[in-house]
Amino acid sequence: MKTLTKLQLSFMAIALSFNVLASPELQLEEANTDITDTASLQNGAKLFMNYCSGCHAISFMRYNRIGADLGLSDADIEENLMFAGSKVGENITTAMPEKDAANWFGGTPPDLSLVSRSKGTDWIYSYLKGFYPDESRLFGVNNHVLVNASMPDVLWSLREGQSEDAFDNDVRDITNFLDYVGEPAKLVRIDLGKKVLFFLAILFVLSYLLKKEYWKDVKYGIWRKRD
Amino acid sequence: MNNKQSWIDQRFPLTKVWNEHLAEYYTPRNFNFWYFFGSLAMLVLVMQLVTGIFLTMHFKPDSAQAFASVEYIMRDVEWGWLMRYLHSTGASAFFVVIYLHMYRGLLYGSYKAPRELIWILGMVLYIALMAEAFMGYVLPWGQMSFWGAQVIISLFGSVPVIGPDLLSWILGDYAVGDPALNRFFSLHVVALPLILVVLVFLHIVALHAVGSNNPDGIEIKQNKDKDGIPKDGIPFHPYYSVKDIMGVVAFLIIFCAVVFFAPAMNGYFLENANFIEANPLKTPDHIAPLWYLTPFYSVLRAIPPMFGSQFPGVLGMGAALVILVALPWLDRSPVKSIRYRSAPFKWALGIFVISFIMLGWLGMQPVNELNAFLARLFTVLYFAFFILMPWYTSIGKTKPVPERTTE
Repeated sequence: MKTLTKLQLSFMAIALSFNVLASPELQLEEANTDITDTASLQNGAKLFMNYCSGCHAISFMRYNRIGADLGLSDADIEENLMFAGSKVGENITTAMPEKDAANWFGGTPPDLSLVSRSKGTDWIYSYLKGFYPDESRLFGVNNHVLVNASMPDVLWSLREGQSEDAFDNDVRDITNFLDYVGEPAKLVRIDLGKKVLFFLAILFVLSYLLKKEYWKDVKYGIWRKRD
Repeated sequence: MNNKQSWIDQRFPLTKVWNEHLAEYYTPRNFNFWYFFGSLAMLVLVMQLVTGIFLTMHFKPDSAQAFASVEYIMRDVEWGWLMRYLHSTGASAFFVVIYLHMYRGLLYGSYKAPRELIWILGMVLYIALMAEAFMGYVLPWGQMSFWGAQVIISLFGSVPVIGPDLLSWILGDYAVGDPALNRFFSLHVVALPLILVVLVFLHIVALHAVGSNNPDGIEIKQNKDKDGIPKDGIPFHPYYSVKDIMGVVAFLIIFCAVVFFAPAMNGYFLENANFIEANPLKTPDHIAPLWYLTPFYSVLRAIPPMFGSQFPGVLGMGAALVILVALPWLDRSPVKSIRYRSAPFKWALGIFVISFIMLGWLGMQPVNELNAFLARLFTVLYFAFFILMPWYTSIGKTKPVPERTTE
């Protein structure tokens, strides 16, 4: 059995390696986001509302949920994050009419509620940093990650005003915020998971001792004498 | 016996059932690691039913609302995210457990006489479970839900003569859409769970009638003491109930690690593209079913269209499932357990396992020349395991089987 298992594994490894070698993948930069970093999430939220939310909705997200999760009061939210006329319990939609969007960009800018889950944080980070000048495009820019993207380089003013490292950090914060928006439960899930595993580890020791105690009978063949 | 119990026992066979199936159900004393997965399958079934009840309270089986209602569960319903992750991880865990449970059957010849009916009921359960999982995956109405359903359901359209009519009868429309979503919901939450529960009941009744097999593949009932109790048997309760509790906790540790730290399992349990709402106008670059269905999807793709029809592939995929039912009659070996089997069987089982895993892996990959060749090779090997079984189980030297179970 053991030699057979080894043979099986090595055979599969060979077949797998052929395919890994054969697939050229786009190299993405690592986003290295940290969802437990509240300051980063707050900065990301602010930047997102200023630079992105004019066109992109995050319609599965509510304003006051962001407030509750990122430690901001309703007043903070109304002052810093919300468009005039919205209410704190509302979902975060965009003010841009769909019809105009289609005229301006050739399509409605996608809702970004789940972009971190469908594309991943590395993709978002690399995409936001991936713009380069290209006069043949409508907005004068193209993108390494999403070739012929119809989005303009909206972060250019952010990039101009500061050092490259500071800009990278801002982009990372936006990415971090979108990761949070993709799954707000992630904030509690990991912490809770540690507690659950700790509990189960103790329970496992107890269940193992219980089993061992009962199975002593089986070992010495005395279970039948008990009744 | 106290009064209360006898009052019930006069009216309901409570003590009788308890004894027959637990306290006096004699189980071989030599169960090993592989024997945890039956009770674990039961655990996962119950978990799927319970979490499913809570998800059904908030889910909207409507193509305009389904996707958003799942996100509503993930965000606005208290503990909704946990119910959803338990359910989605539970689906994959169900198949992990079932595949290991079936492999145990292959290792120790549990399908051989007198347990053929247990095996057949198990195979029907397995197919019902695949249908249940497939329809469940359509419900969140993401891109993979939609396009996966489109690909799989369109297979019915390849049936000669009645295909197109059959297709529109199944879908209630000409394409996957709101009527399909609605009926899949109905089948997923009512019809198939009912079928699964009834089949599990029958599977266990049949098992308890003949008794469990064991890693030595011998019948413990052939060796009874003066009280008529198998010498190598121990009561299921408390010995295996406490052992299974330990197995359950060990399983939950792994299961919860996935639920809490990697619920999408890097796209294997929840595919990335399924976080984009279904769009009938936009085909994803790469459509693949979830991992537990991919071995059969590979068989489907491996068989080329003949006479301009995909139907041979569909038949091949069906045959790959149905042929499992014939296993008890294909196996001619005088022994059950891998411990005493002949060398040719060990080789055949090894190659079969490689083929199944490779078919599963290939089913997730895009088709290219190498992959298409490999899929065909492993499809042939998969079927060879069954077709050649009467031959290779009757050659080679088996080892002598002991009278009593070994440690």
